[in-house]
Amino acid sequence: MKSISLLAPGHRGCAGCCDAMAAKFTLMGAGEDCIVVSPTGCLEVMTTPYPETSWDVPWIHSLFENASAVASGIEAALKALGKQGPKIIAMGGDGATMDIGLQALSGAFERGHNFTYVCIDNEAYMNTGVQRSAGTPYGASTTTSPAGKVSLGNPRLKKNMPAIMVAHGSPYVATTSLAYPKDMIAKVKKATEIEGPTYIHCHAPCTTGWGFDTSKTVEVARMAVQTGLWPLYEVEDGKVTKVRKIGNNKRPVDEYLKMQRRFKHLFTMEGGAEEIAKIQAIADKNIEEFGL
Amino acid sequence: MAYDMKMDKHKMVVVEGSYAVAHAVKTCRPNVISAYPITPQTHIVEDLSQFMADGEIPNCEYINVESEFSALSALVGSSAVGARSYSATTSQGLELMHEVLFNVAGMRMPIVMTVANRAVSAPINIWNDQQDSISQRDTGWIQLYAENTQEISDMTAQAFKISEDKDIMMPCMTCMDGFILSHVYEPLVLLEQDITDEFLPPFRPDRILDPRNPMTFGAFADPNFYTEFRYQQEQAMQNALKKIEDVASEFYDMYGRHFGGLIDEYRTEDADIIIMAMGSIIGTIKDVIDRLREKNVRIGLLKVRAFRPFPAQAIMNVVRDAKVVVVLDKNISLGMNAGALFIETKSVLYNTDIHVPVIGYMIGQGGRDIPMSTIEKIIADAEEVMRSGIRTESQFTDLKEELI
Repeated sequence: MKSISLLAPGHRGCAGCCDAMAAKFTLMGAGEDCIVVSPTGCLEVMTTPYPETSWDVPWIHSLFENASAVASGIEAALKALGKQGPKIIAMGGDGATMDIGLQALSGAFERGHNFTYVCIDNEAYMNTGVQRSAGTPYGASTTTSPAGKVSLGNPRLKKNMPAIMVAHGSPYVATTSLAYPKDMIAKVKKATEIEGPTYIHCHAPCTTGWGFDTSKTVEVARMAVQTGLWPLYEVEDGKVTKVRKIGNNKRPVDEYLKMQRRFKHLFTMEGGAEEIAKIQAIADKNIEEFGL
Repeated sequence: MAYDMKMDKHKMVVVEGSYAVAHAVKTCRPNVISAYPITPQTHIVEDLSQFMADGEIPNCEYINVESEFSALSALVGSSAVGARSYSATTSQGLELMHEVLFNVAGMRMPIVMTVANRAVSAPINIWNDQQDSISQRDTGWIQLYAENTQEISDMTAQAFKISEDKDIMMPCMTCMDGFILSHVYEPLVLLEQDITDEFLPPFRPDRILDPRNPMTFGAFADPNFYTEFRYQQEQAMQNALKKIEDVASEFYDMYGRHFGGLIDEYRTEDADIIIMAMGSIIGTIKDVIDRLREKNVRIGLLKVRAFRPFPAQAIMNVVRDAKVVVVLDKNISLGMNAGALFIETKSVLYNTDIHVPVIGYMIGQGGRDIPMSTIEKIIADAEEVMRSGIRTESQFTDLKEELI
């Protein structure tokens, strides 16, 4: 593991930015012999304002929805040119992964390209001002799923993206959290060393979009894991092989929710308590399913 | 300079246009081919797939992508690591690529793509016109249009050479009329591997994605920088004006064939009437011209081979002394009631000392047949314009009034 970060400081991310942490941990896991593809999004914008760059590894951005296709072209080209060696990593947000880029991601995994896709999931379109995505959790207020007189926030459950990637037959799918950097670095390293398309889904609290103090990114991330709302697990060849147990550290979801402005309405509006109960049920289901 | 075509009859074979293109691509030694099937492009990618299956394209990977959007996106990645990259598409597939087309040009990736020109939906129609590629006019791709299967085959090698030039580094679309050229069997000379290896050196870009020398590709440019990127793309296009001519000449020197550079001319000396067009319609027009020349009609053809960059000066030189210019377009700019070649030809003549009337005809939409009689009728109109001026500047051709 390289001690000097391959993502240079001085980027334009917010204080407490989740993307910067996720990118740094990913590069710590992958090492310097890699090529990174990023779709359009916060990470791209904050790290590469021409003529500056924060990347100490080769990096390419093409469009919002095509990072996986670009990665597959890189992989095929390196093979054709006899230059195999560099690890190929595509790293993008939840919108670029779960919504607009899903088709390209699915195609690249079906074709079996040897690369690792890292989804930095901050659960909404943060770069454009906190609009709802398929990663937005139930009940969260965003600028396009706001709480209002007849709305208690996002009415849909978060898309189960890791399960979709497992269904593609990926040899390795893992979830990670910014609160557990060693775990994430190890999982990225493992993913990049396994032949074939591998997938890491990183839960990444966004200070701006979720509404918490810039010093609390890690605490919020940890609470998501301890409530059971974000289970940490690995799936190898379709089977769950490792789970991070919560054990006695288990916390109720309202402790997680009340840390964030996006769930504030659940504590002030009529009907909020019922919604919190539904979110608790989601956490309980995770705890049961994964044996957390 | 006059080009004396030396077609070696012993080398001629009868093959489908699509096969000729696939074979040409093979001899250009691509490293990555990425394509999604769509009629009438399919035979090109099927032939390439068979070459791959038979191990006939060394050091090459073929990616069976899930869409045209990914077809071209994959080539952004492959080109960025220094692979010679090729795709083929048409119509809806090309329109789906629209966003990627801009991106490829902006990132200065010399990807070559064959477009088997086809009409666009709705109504859905698989037959030929050129609305698809014309609609991508402003994306920053060099666009070349071929007259016959020999030309589209030859153009493929020329396109790589033009695009990969260090002063250009822009992508190129080589356009062939769908079915009319893609599915026709004609005698031609396939590109020879030994000559092509000499004509087209390996692709060695100055900048690639390489962990030994990390670079950032595709950074975002704010208003302080964006304009200069666009300006440099335009400069590259202007450089291509000369390069397209030079490469056509070099090709002639090595292979003995020349179908024009930016443009080509046919019997334009002393012509009062100049017909302008692009693509397979050129053959029909030449036959009509031969027939009318026998009747002493002073008529010639200006074949536009490069639509982007637009050959303004070359066109001016040809039409300068004409009495009327007739432009045929297999496309329409809706709301303008005119085709793109007509609109642009008029625009380059404005603010000059050339005062020739220009009339336009939108023709062959959605694959409607263009018989010689239709061309003759248009020429009769042009003769009337010479006598009494323009009555209708731009119009649809062979409209069936009973269907409207």
